[in-house]
Amino acid sequence: MSTLLQTDELNVWFDLPRGGTLHAVQGVSVALEPGERLGLVGESGCGKTTTGLALMGLLPSSATAAGRIELNGLDILAGGEETMRAHRWVDIAMVFQGAMNAFNPVKTVGSQIVEALELHGSSSGRAARAQTGELLGAVGIPPDRAERYPHEFSGGMRQRAAIAMALACKPSVLVADEPTTALDVMVQAQILALLDGLCRDFGLALLLVTHDLPVVAQLCDRAAVMYAGEIVEEGPVEELYHDPRHPYTRLLFAATTDLNAEALPVSIPGAPPRLDRPIAGCPFRARCDRAFARCEHDRPLLRAVGSRRVAACHLNDVPLSLEAVR
Amino acid sequence: MPPERRAAVARGSPLSSNGAGPLLAVDGLAVDYALPRGLVNAVARRPREAVLAVDGVSFTVERGELLALVGESGCGKTTTAQSVLRLIEASAGTIEFAGRDITKLGSRELRLLRRRMQIIYQDPYESLDPRFTVERAVEEPLVIHGLGGSRSERAALVRDAVARVELTPPELFLDRYPHELSGGQRQRVAIAAALVLEPELLVADEPVSMLDVSVRAGVLNLLDGLRASSLGILMITHDLSTAARYADRIAVMYLGRIVEIGRAAEIIQNPQHPYTRALLSVVPRRDPRDRAKPQILKGEAPDATRIPSGCRFHPRCPVAIAECPTHDPALRQPREARTAEHQAACILA
Repeated sequence: MSTLLQTDELNVWFDLPRGGTLHAVQGVSVALEPGERLGLVGESGCGKTTTGLALMGLLPSSATAAGRIELNGLDILAGGEETMRAHRWVDIAMVFQGAMNAFNPVKTVGSQIVEALELHGSSSGRAARAQTGELLGAVGIPPDRAERYPHEFSGGMRQRAAIAMALACKPSVLVADEPTTALDVMVQAQILALLDGLCRDFGLALLLVTHDLPVVAQLCDRAAVMYAGEIVEEGPVEELYHDPRHPYTRLLFAATTDLNAEALPVSIPGAPPRLDRPIAGCPFRARCDRAFARCEHDRPLLRAVGSRRVAACHLNDVPLSLEAVR
Repeated sequence: MPPERRAAVARGSPLSSNGAGPLLAVDGLAVDYALPRGLVNAVARRPREAVLAVDGVSFTVERGELLALVGESGCGKTTTAQSVLRLIEASAGTIEFAGRDITKLGSRELRLLRRRMQIIYQDPYESLDPRFTVERAVEEPLVIHGLGGSRSERAALVRDAVARVELTPPELFLDRYPHELSGGQRQRVAIAAALVLEPELLVADEPVSMLDVSVRAGVLNLLDGLRASSLGILMITHDLSTAARYADRIAVMYLGRIVEIGRAAEIIQNPQHPYTRALLSVVPRRDPRDRAKPQILKGEAPDATRIPSGCRFHPRCPVAIAECPTHDPALRQPREARTAEHQAACILA
């Protein structure tokens, strides 16, 4: 399969109001194939949402992005706002966190989707209304509900409608930022099943931005774990859970409550480092239970661990024989 | 906290606890809300319609026990907790706290009672006053209740409470403002402000759902540890994994009723109500190999303004039989119960 969307050494800096810059995204490289579901996970402030906004070209004016964002092999970041705009919503769409609460309360849900379709010139008038019905149907909303107002929808229905709106121009990539965070478990399950179906049936590629590891474990093929602006481990979700090669991945799973787990979940002590100053050594070392001398000054690079995985941890350099001793 | 100081705080309570019996016993609790009737109906003087948000809920919380009330939004779990604290009035039923019915208490007695039952909320960003330092935030409840004696005695109580929530050393935190703290630390301050009054019951309403994953476990483990000092905890949560790991008992609510209640392990491993089974099946597991076949319930989230006839779960129930639309099942011990106190409200259980 060919790579649909790929970032290469993506960096984002924010100018701070009191001077200085904050390095929010630090050399992030991810790749998505058609129909693939990639989870982007980490704590608040790790740069996962900023990465999503960068893909959409929707960073605030205080931000500067550098690196490559390749869509079907074409670097759309290099083309500037004009190129980004040409692909935004058309090829890459995003469901923002809290999007379900972003509908205009005095307009019907259907008219807002029609508006989106007309704005992008995909269709207009009767055709746009018909397409709106199809979109709503695709996300499991009876098309006759198009005439209803947002407040007449439940939270789960509004989230479905928000997904329908994002899909209006038939994008090939959907960035979903915490799409189930404010929802009840049963509604969450419905939305996850919907996203799963969209990937399976229409080959939609999904970048799921979330702090919720179990949701990623259930829905995604691969996961990229972000810490302090960079990816510290990436690979198949199953391998990340059963054989984490970065201590942060292991500790993040251990901090999660699970229905069947015997052990008490354990918090990760401390807090992520500040991103408005250079980081010496490994950014995770202060919170790491396996840090050693080298971690103090030598920043670990993201390197291949096995055939399908990358991790940024010096422990992976230790020869296997030593690993057994330790 | 040294015992003599705790005694100083506990002194002067007219509501004597008898020690025997459960700390909290809720029996047949019902809460209704009047619906707005709109201008036309108001002019026509039509009576207000009422919604039964909680309809005949009974449970107990023992000293040192953590009971989790779980269910979807709108199931009545938060309303139940608020009426236990008498933040809203019950329309029927009794709420016995330490052996005494508190549903009829007057405002003066209620104030004394409030000290003994405290609540922490979901969002520590909103529950703490941004202008108050940690020290002031934790001292404030003592001042309001006229407790803690002299200024220096109060300072010692505050310091103890801050240490108890593991913000150590307390000196490092006392002068800080909420914006200088992480979400987990703020929730700990909110817990300290509740603990400083030495309550016997703590209501925790979704205590970690707004917090970062990395710190949730710490706050939950802290609450878990508080039970050792015989604090009873009523935890409201929509997260069954949290309830599974931390609760002694779990009560599952659906549309204003408890539909299943029992020991946490029994509810998780041997659920008897189809709603509990469905809820458990949709909880995401952290092991990707553990992808259970989710039993996704169709239809809208339950709506208390339109309560179905018979068993209120029947329109969404995957195993409903012909009797369900007319038969309203009571809680009773299911045939396949493995523990005596396990109860479920299902005709098939």
